Amino acid sequence: MTDDDRVFKALADPTRRFLLDQLFARDGRTLTELESELEMSRFGVMKHLRILEDAGLVVTRRSGREKLHFLNPVPIRLIHDRWIDKYRERQVSALADLKHELEGETA
Amino acid sequence: MTTSTGTAVTTQVYRVYIKATPQAIWDAITKPEWTERYGYGGLSEYDLRPGGAYRAFASEAMKKAGAEMGFPTPDVVVDGEVLEADPPRKLVQTWRMLMDPDAAAEGFTRLTYEIVEGKGGVTKLTVAHEVEGAPKLAVLLAGGLEDTGAGGGWSWVLSDLKSLLETGSPMDPGTR
Repeated sequence: MTDDDRVFKALADPTRRFLLDQLFARDGRTLTELESELEMSRFGVMKHLRILEDAGLVVTRRSGREKLHFLNPVPIRLIHDRWIDKYRERQVSALADLKHELEGETA
Repeated sequence: MTTSTGTAVTTQVYRVYIKATPQAIWDAITKPEWTERYGYGGLSEYDLRPGGAYRAFASEAMKKAGAEMGFPTPDVVVDGEVLEADPPRKLVQTWRMLMDPDAAAEGFTRLTYEIVEGKGGVTKLTVAHEVEGAPKLAVLLAGGLEDTGAGGGWSWVLSDLKSLLETGSPMDPGTR
């Protein structure tokens, strides 16, 4: 599985997107805090967090005795920069071509 | 929302995996000939020992953009002090943005780079920026001002750094 596959797989689940939204609203939460927002077992939440961590979307850091979870936006940025931008460019250049075509600027 | 555990954490954490050696990543962070080639593109100057000075200088593009928007760009756009330098593994420093007066007034923040070598020539770079008491800077670093031409913050810088080290060129050389 490529890095992109892991990110898309991690995002393809509403619970995991909810967890990311929670961290987006406020970063640096413990498992206990994240768990309190979900109707799910601690083990279940841990499993989802593990998939998010494997995809690089969540990074954990120790702070004293606590393990804090942070949203890492870089993998999404990488997909945006390397993948989505590519298609957007093509779209823009296609429109530019069409404009030239319609205005009779190209032979 | 209130929670019973934990205090408000105002640290931004960014992680990127780069196919490069720890030394190459260290150099890209600390050497001016590298820092001018990605992200905001200014030359950085480090005195890599505890108490040593850090300064990032305005690039021509920054000065030009500032002039177009009608404000002067200072020569030194970021300053700070090295707290810990353990090449090529860990760099801890203070960091103050001077380009924008509001952000400058928020004072020094604390920035940590951690570089860990992994398998298959892939190195893990983690950036932790403690922005307590610096809400304006926090927005800038998170890329919240990208639409205004202020760059995309850490995600953008690290994506560009990855591109530079892995392919030899940054994402869009046209913007610098």
